[in-house]
Amino acid sequence: MNKYLLKLYIAGRSPRSERAIANLQRICDEQLGDQYEMMIIDVLERPELAENEKILATPTLIKQLPPPLRRIIGDLSDIEKVLIGLDLLP
Amino acid sequence: MNLESKYPQLEKLETGITGFDLVSNGGLPKGRTTLVAGTAGSAKTVFAAQFLAEGIIKANEGGVFITFEESANDIRNNVLSMGWDITSWEAQGKWIFVDASPVPGEEAVVIGSYDLGALLARIERAIQKVNATRVSMDSLGAIFTQFADSATVRSELFRIASALKKMGVTAVMTAERTQEYGDIARYGVEEFVADNVVILRNVLEEEKRRRTLEILKFRGTSHKKGEFPFTIIPGEGIIIIPLSAIELKQKSSDIRITSGSPELDRMCGGGFFRDSIILVSGATGTGKTLMSTEFIAGGANNNERCLLFAFEESREQLFRNAIGWGIDFDRMEKEEKLKLVCEYPETASLEDHLIHMKMYIDEFKPNRVSVDSLSALERVSSFKGFREFVIGLTSFIKHKEVVGLFTSTTPTLLGGSSVTEAHISTITDSIILLRYVEMYGEMRRGLTVLKMRGSMHDKDIREFAIDGTGMHLGKPLRNVTGILSGNPQHITTGEIDRLNNLFKGE
Repeated sequence: MNKYLLKLYIAGRSPRSERAIANLQRICDEQLGDQYEMMIIDVLERPELAENEKILATPTLIKQLPPPLRRIIGDLSDIEKVLIGLDLLP
Repeated sequence: MNLESKYPQLEKLETGITGFDLVSNGGLPKGRTTLVAGTAGSAKTVFAAQFLAEGIIKANEGGVFITFEESANDIRNNVLSMGWDITSWEAQGKWIFVDASPVPGEEAVVIGSYDLGALLARIERAIQKVNATRVSMDSLGAIFTQFADSATVRSELFRIASALKKMGVTAVMTAERTQEYGDIARYGVEEFVADNVVILRNVLEEEKRRRTLEILKFRGTSHKKGEFPFTIIPGEGIIIIPLSAIELKQKSSDIRITSGSPELDRMCGGGFFRDSIILVSGATGTGKTLMSTEFIAGGANNNERCLLFAFEESREQLFRNAIGWGIDFDRMEKEEKLKLVCEYPETASLEDHLIHMKMYIDEFKPNRVSVDSLSALERVSSFKGFREFVIGLTSFIKHKEVVGLFTSTTPTLLGGSSVTEAHISTITDSIILLRYVEMYGEMRRGLTVLKMRGSMHDKDIREFAIDGTGMHLGKPLRNVTGILSGNPQHITTGEIDRLNNLFKGE
């Protein structure tokens, strides 16, 4: 299995950010075992990273690896859709 | 003068956009956001970019450009023709882009709720980085197409607008309209940036495009009302022509100058006034170009600088005509007393012609300006546009304290008046009519000074002849009536005596 590199951009520790982090954590634990690396980036602290990645909305999840690159916007509340978006479900 | 000036006014930020600060009574409301709405192709992006560019050029103020539609690189290239070198401003830390344009081929899936916190964070970072006082967002419609949930986008844009206000920057947000006269903007964006609204229009009128700018509202402060025509000039950007904002405060001089013809000077009570506008009206071939040529020659002989705008004849034709009347344009040009500008009216819109003419006048600094003929310009414009042009040109010339002679062609051979006269007759100080007179199977020419503001003048209708040395005024046409109405009637000498004796007793 390919290693997953996931970046989650959030704007501060809002309830919506916490929800997104929790949902992503659950998906990783259940689906990816230890085959993943997850980065949480707070755009309020690191706006230049949001600039480089051209992020507008928060939360935004970027699947950097394996290709293809995927962008998912929102608090990831629908697990099944997230799995499809990450190519974990056909 | 200004009724509102007694009361405290909101502070304004001078934009530096030519004419805008005049129509907005000093610029955009400072520290606030102004919505600039317009249809496709109405120059919204140019306005947004110029707002920042003028800030850098004229006030050394940093600017942030947030683009939702075109990529930053496209904008850099597109405004280069306006003379704005964004790349070097970026290097100097004066201009910064926040590129929020969609990334091609990278479509995002939306799962659950979101906000635009990242965008706001990027904007705040950019503002701090260049210490910005000006922010432009172009254009809001594009962000609504990037995100399907327009309720979220609307509330997030409201959050951004209030954050901008808190940071004290003056912002311009552009938005699309679907109709020239209808809703302010699509997606109801005016609901959250409703304090100030400027509308840009690009109306198709009689097959001609006409750009106008209107300030719809400035909350809590004053502005000029109505639509103002504007044009976009390479190297300059938007230039607004603030017609109704022109003040009637030109000086008036009682110094007389020659019309180029001593006989006509006598008829005008000693010549034209130095800062007056003279309209010469007549049918084709009555001698309008001759009058304008003599007017130029009269000036050049007195060591004045003369500028001639010709819209009907080419340089060569004008030179040949002048030689035929004993006037050497070539020598005058070599002595730098004359500048000849020949253009077809169709080469540009009337707004552009006006700007060009103003530039020539500013550059050459003439004492006399002649336009031959003003009515040729009627062809390239709508009725309203022409009237604005004439007012704009005459007021500009008067402000420069230059004497202007305009010719106007009447559509009919005998009598008649033209649209030009209807627009301009009240603005001009003098009107000279040239008319054909049919006498015993022969076409003769008559001239009369209809109006001479501030002076006595000869009220006769005089016959004149044209020969190799120019125009020669003859005797008054005493035995003809109805020349001006285009219906000449001969009267016998007995009748003249009878008319002369009619009011003797009073």
